[in-house]
Amino acid sequence: MSHLLALDVGWGTTLAIKTLIVLAIVPLTALILGYVFLLKMMSHMQSRLGPMDPGGFHGWYQLLGDGIKFMQKEDIMPAEADVRVFALAPAIVVLSTFLVFAVIPAGPRLVVQPLDVGVFYALAVSSLSVIGVLMAGWASANKYALIGALRAAAQLIAYELPLVLAVVGVVIQAGTMNLQGIVNFQQHGELFGWGGIGFPLILTQFIGFALFMVAAQAELTQPPFDMPVAESELVAGYMVEYTGFRFLFFFIGEFGTAFAFAALAATLFLGGWATPWVHGTAADWLGPLVLFTKVMFVAFLMFWARFTYPRFREDQLQALAWKWLIPIALVNILLTGALKVAF
Amino acid sequence: MSRVLPQPGELPEVEVDPSALRHLADAQMNVELDTGDMVLNIGPQHPATHGTLRLVVRLDGERVVAADPVIGYMHRGYEKLTEFRTYPQITTLINRIDWLSSFANEVPFISAAEHLMGIEAPPRAQYIRTALTELSRIATFLLFLGEMGLQVGAITPAFYGFRDREYVLNLIEAVTGGRFHPNFNRIGGLKDDLPWGWISDCRGTMDKVLESCDEFEDLVAGNPIFQQRTRSIGIIPPELGAAYGVSGSNLRSSGVDWDLRRDAPPYLVYNELDWKVWTHPDGDSFARYWVRLQETRESARMVLQMLDQMPAGPVMAKVPRIIKVPEGEVFVNTENPLGEMGYYVVSKGATGPFRVKIRSASFSNVSILPWVLRGVYIPDVITILASLYFILGDIDR
Amino acid sequence: MKREIKGMLTGLGVTFRTMTKPAVTVQYPHEREDPPTRARGVIALKEENCTVCMLCARSCPDWCIYIEGHKEQRPPRREGGKPRSVSVLDRFDIDYALCMYCGICVEVCPFDALFWSPEYEYSEHRIADLLHDKDKLGEWMETVPEPEPLEMGAQSKGKK
Repeated sequence: MSHLLALDVGWGTTLAIKTLIVLAIVPLTALILGYVFLLKMMSHMQSRLGPMDPGGFHGWYQLLGDGIKFMQKEDIMPAEADVRVFALAPAIVVLSTFLVFAVIPAGPRLVVQPLDVGVFYALAVSSLSVIGVLMAGWASANKYALIGALRAAAQLIAYELPLVLAVVGVVIQAGTMNLQGIVNFQQHGELFGWGGIGFPLILTQFIGFALFMVAAQAELTQPPFDMPVAESELVAGYMVEYTGFRFLFFFIGEFGTAFAFAALAATLFLGGWATPWVHGTAADWLGPLVLFTKVMFVAFLMFWARFTYPRFREDQLQALAWKWLIPIALVNILLTGALKVAF
Repeated sequence: MSRVLPQPGELPEVEVDPSALRHLADAQMNVELDTGDMVLNIGPQHPATHGTLRLVVRLDGERVVAADPVIGYMHRGYEKLTEFRTYPQITTLINRIDWLSSFANEVPFISAAEHLMGIEAPPRAQYIRTALTELSRIATFLLFLGEMGLQVGAITPAFYGFRDREYVLNLIEAVTGGRFHPNFNRIGGLKDDLPWGWISDCRGTMDKVLESCDEFEDLVAGNPIFQQRTRSIGIIPPELGAAYGVSGSNLRSSGVDWDLRRDAPPYLVYNELDWKVWTHPDGDSFARYWVRLQETRESARMVLQMLDQMPAGPVMAKVPRIIKVPEGEVFVNTENPLGEMGYYVVSKGATGPFRVKIRSASFSNVSILPWVLRGVYIPDVITILASLYFILGDIDR
Repeated sequence: MKREIKGMLTGLGVTFRTMTKPAVTVQYPHEREDPPTRARGVIALKEENCTVCMLCARSCPDWCIYIEGHKEQRPPRREGGKPRSVSVLDRFDIDYALCMYCGICVEVCPFDALFWSPEYEYSEHRIADLLHDKDKLGEWMETVPEPEPLEMGAQSKGKK
């Protein structure tokens, strides 16, 4: 970090700066994703316009205004709620989002902490949110929240496996779990001797990409996998008793994690911040932009499916994960391994 | 307002799908794990109950062991209100029983009064009445096609339903002056005639309706997830449905070929049109969706036929200025969008009826809920509620 | 399996196509849709036609019309005749908080004193302000549209 800023600072300052960066970026990305896809794309898919007045130009200020509104609301807690658990649950969900952002590279040197086990760490830490969800559902003292939390527990744990197994193929091909290493592999790779677009791993790992997208959709509890938050049944599922600031945490957690998963998909399958012909310091400036574009594309796919499909029932969800996604993922790993050894 | 939950042996013995009895096997495991049943209140404030319906369900995990609907949260005392009002005033009020297809509520009542008076509306009035009834049927069903997708989890179809419904409501507003509450029937005919240009507007809108039905078929009915959620869910056997008084599209989707527009003594102009009754043998929620989709298309085609065949003439028969309906009593029932709606009108010769009894479709449709909700999951409860398509105003009056 | 995949993709196609078409939203209050001519927006009173016959107040299902009037003597039309008594309207209020917009009052008026107008933007901050008095009802007369011509084949003449 200090070499990036060309300053001589100690580890404490570095840690503080990194924390601030993550704390600033996560809500910003949640906001952007929420505005572009949830407010605007969804509206146009539903033949309407979405917010137009706040901020003047197509309502860009809407979510900021919503955020401020949430922050000044009264903090209501159900009388029989378990106060400490109730208060802690959104913090845990948001914490897991922050931790995932710590390994996502936005440039050759623009990463908060380049871990050698980047992929493993990201997926492991993203599953912390399950605990937060369970805590929220139980502490709310509300039967609907409880049902939502139980569904969430079953669903999120079931879909961890396809998520991880889908990525194993990428790791086998790239030979490393370090996210920067995977990006470098794709950047410097060649397609039959032509290095024009590098070697985006989606070309060989298309099954893995599909699995990752489906499993990420389920991990984010987005339709068609939004049983825990089934709006027409449980209203908001495990979040139903949360108001104001705490609900804002859940919202940031949901859309921040969506951005994180989309960024992971972009990094693992589409090449992340890299474009093959840009290297060095120029990549430091161009990298975030390229990553952002790829994330927007992946998020477009995720949200497109979200707005189109009805939701699976819990048992159909589980059947899909255990009977279809996991076997396909295992076959994908076998094939990748075999082909990697053969060539 | 609460009833005792039906005990085994009180419900008619019907062939039940064995998978619905699986919860008995779970009950054995429950004895070992010693888990209790949870009582959950779905409603009266809930997005899925279409209003203020309260369902007290006893759950075992996510399976419903018993369900008991509690109605009456929206009772407005219609039958009492009709005792002190004249026929035009009652026509205004009964728009609001089933507020989505409000024109169709007026028709049986006015037909009953005309029957007692012995007069008949002129042919043009009959055609316009039929056209407006079918338009209100299209409006209701477009909303259904959208919101059933919403209850199952897809958020977009609901918006398409509302958007396409607007075109039909604009048509109704152009004729009657009111989108939701037309208040257009009068004893002896209609209040007014069609405005200039309405017939060509209507033709354009019917084409749009047919297109949007295709869109719903692509987006919702053809979606494998939707089919997985609705096929074999909430099967109503035809004899049981008929025994409980279920009517309309719900009964037709269990395979019963019964439509009052064709089978009752002829009313309005249905016997002069070329149309068919749609049935589906399955009786599950998907069948109910499919039947209503086809009926929407059929209604659009019927309206197009009526526009071609519209006779010229007056829209009001010769009636005295102060209408006093002679003594008598009559029951007239019609095929409303939600099912069979009937009015039993008792008149003692005054300007208003002596007593009106309203047989509403949704009241009987909802009575089958304790039977059909046994042994299903909570998401299926929502699907079944959505597919039965009742309106609270129609249940509670 | 192929049918399922096709079903999923057609659904995506529908939403994508809708996204590319323009939205149907009318951005009220910047833009406005005009209601049809017959739309029941507000009731207007033509005071000179009213003879205080009370038919409208009696036929209202909600009893939201409040009428008060008194009789006045006018000079006879011809010499030597007896003075005519004329009903004069003191108070004619319609309470739009109660009004069901059914139109029975407009329909039963034998002297064409009440008219429908499609004007609908008269919301108030206080519910008591929804009681429109005689003068305000007279102001709405300016917004009453001409009765539109009827469709082909209609026999009755147009609405008053």
